[in-house]
Amino acid sequence: METIEPISGHKEKGGDEDRRDYTGIRDGAAVIKTVALRAWFGSLMALKGVDILIAAGAVTAIIGPSGCGKSTFIRTLNRMHEGVPGARVSGSVYFAGQDIYDPKVNPVMLRRRIGMVFQKPNPFPMMSVKDNVLAGIPLQGTRGSAGDDVLERSLRQAALWDEVKDVLDKPGTSLSGGQQQRLCIARALAIEPEILLMDEPCSALDPIATAKIEDLIHSLRGGITIIIVTHNMQQAARVSDYTAFFYMGELVEYCDTDTLFKSPHKTRTEDYITGRFG
Amino acid sequence: MDNRKPDLLQSRSLTERWISAALFACAAMSVAVTAGIIMVLFFETVEFFRQVPLSEFFFDTQWTPLFDQKHFGIWPLIAGTALTSFFAMIVAVPMGILIAIFLSEFAPERLRRILKPVLEVLAGVPTVVYGYFALTFVTPLLQGFIPELAGFNSLSPGLVMGIMITPIVASLSEDAIYSVPASLREGAIALGSNRLRAIRHVILPTAFSGIAASFILGISRAIGETMIVAIAAGQQPVLTLDPRVPIETMTAYIVQVSLGDTPHGTLEYNTIFAVGAMLFVMTLAFNLLALYLRRKLLKGAL
Ligand SMILES: Nc1ncnc2c1ncn2[C@@H]1O[C@H](COP(=O)(O)OP(=O)(O)OP(=O)(O)O)[C@@H](O)[C@H]1O
Ligand SMILES: [Mg+2]
Repeated sequence: METIEPISGHKEKGGDEDRRDYTGIRDGAAVIKTVALRAWFGSLMALKGVDILIAAGAVTAIIGPSGCGKSTFIRTLNRMHEGVPGARVSGSVYFAGQDIYDPKVNPVMLRRRIGMVFQKPNPFPMMSVKDNVLAGIPLQGTRGSAGDDVLERSLRQAALWDEVKDVLDKPGTSLSGGQQQRLCIARALAIEPEILLMDEPCSALDPIATAKIEDLIHSLRGGITIIIVTHNMQQAARVSDYTAFFYMGELVEYCDTDTLFKSPHKTRTEDYITGRFG
Repeated sequence: MDNRKPDLLQSRSLTERWISAALFACAAMSVAVTAGIIMVLFFETVEFFRQVPLSEFFFDTQWTPLFDQKHFGIWPLIAGTALTSFFAMIVAVPMGILIAIFLSEFAPERLRRILKPVLEVLAGVPTVVYGYFALTFVTPLLQGFIPELAGFNSLSPGLVMGIMITPIVASLSEDAIYSVPASLREGAIALGSNRLRAIRHVILPTAFSGIAASFILGISRAIGETMIVAIAAGQQPVLTLDPRVPIETMTAYIVQVSLGDTPHGTLEYNTIFAVGAMLFVMTLAFNLLALYLRRKLLKGAL
């Protein structure tokens, strides 16, 4: 990096040290609110108390060095974290007027409203392209009329329709990596989630496929809330409205994306985005 | 420290050569023995078919080589084998797959690590034990429900054979299910699926070829199983699908003749090679099919 500024001590002014959220998002505008959210793998605490408000309809990027808890964080939001043996969560995540960790909440139903796309494309190998997109129907056990409508709409939203409309009956795994990832996005969109969690969706893809997915994130903005984990800071800057910087299981700084990359409030953030560590 | 570079031309050690020669000899020997068995089987079978036309073997419906009125129709023996194997699979398929699903999807890792070897030990119980279990325990038990059940029948040894095969089916199916990548499981769960639907719509279909392979290996074990049927199924080669009456399987027939006083070299004696060849072809076909399916699973887009 050419333009490293010297670390300037004045960034963290006195009473400011405990402040992490510089977004100005208020409770009323948030779809998700976490309070003192902690997560463990066995005895390892991977999230050490995260308080964050996620703005409805916005794209929020999660950045931070490897192992800082980004994946763990988004996996606590749809209760995928607890599927790992020995994993545990404490604190609260509010969504749709409920603490999703309330024992009354059914995580299966929660995941029908909060979709997820994984780092590695994971189309179901024994299913065709079409069946992959519509996999939510048998998997949720919802019978009904949904079908070709949902199929085309989801594939168009995922910017994949034109490429696969003639091979809908081929196995989902016969597509290229980038197409497979968009197939997985289409599959997640087909269940019409209110929130889409994306864990480094482009890390296995080339720049062209990456650009396509970024375009599709742009086109989804507003209709659906997106939380995207990324290692790629340019990508975070391009696609997101807000960016949260995590470090060692803590939320260090949460800010609108422009400010976070142009003039971060915290020294750690600045060190990270200028490539001094991580 | 010796920092000379290893000499590329230094000759390989003598022990290493000896060991590799010995290993090669062992491998060659087992291949030779197998080839020998197949050749004996082949020549004796050809000898048999010099005297008995293939058409009789495959189209006659009676098998009475040891009687005065000789018939050489293989079907009664195949029916006997099919019947016992069928009952075995009725037990082994559902039990095997349920155990496999339980072990790979529901059992905690600790329990799995204990139960898996136990299963494999069960598969090693001598089959003569199962044979007497069928004859002296299961048959009388079943006779309580089915009064017409004969002392020798295909139902009881078939079911017991199913118990014997269950560990094999369970263990191989479990391997197949366990090898389904976690990412697919998570993909299904993240779409709002519960465990059972994820198993049914994603995990079992993905493991399908491996599970099918386990069934087929189970069938091939059932076809080749000898002791249980020789003890508990009877020695009456009749063409029937009635599970209650005594029958005879291909394997039991071979036992009967080899242990009996039929003189070597006679046509009667040579029937066992023809039946053996038939058995060999059938199990080989099933094993190849299972191998093909397992290959497919390994290669599959996983
Ligand atoms: N399955 C697991 N079992 C035990 N520890 C885990 C597991 N997954 C993650 N961890 C640990 O939890 C911490 C947070 O991991 P997490 O995967 O959330 O990091 P991340 O920020 O997503 O990293 P990356 O950028 O490399 O994906 C790390 O210290 C990691 O070693
Ligand atoms: Mg991660």
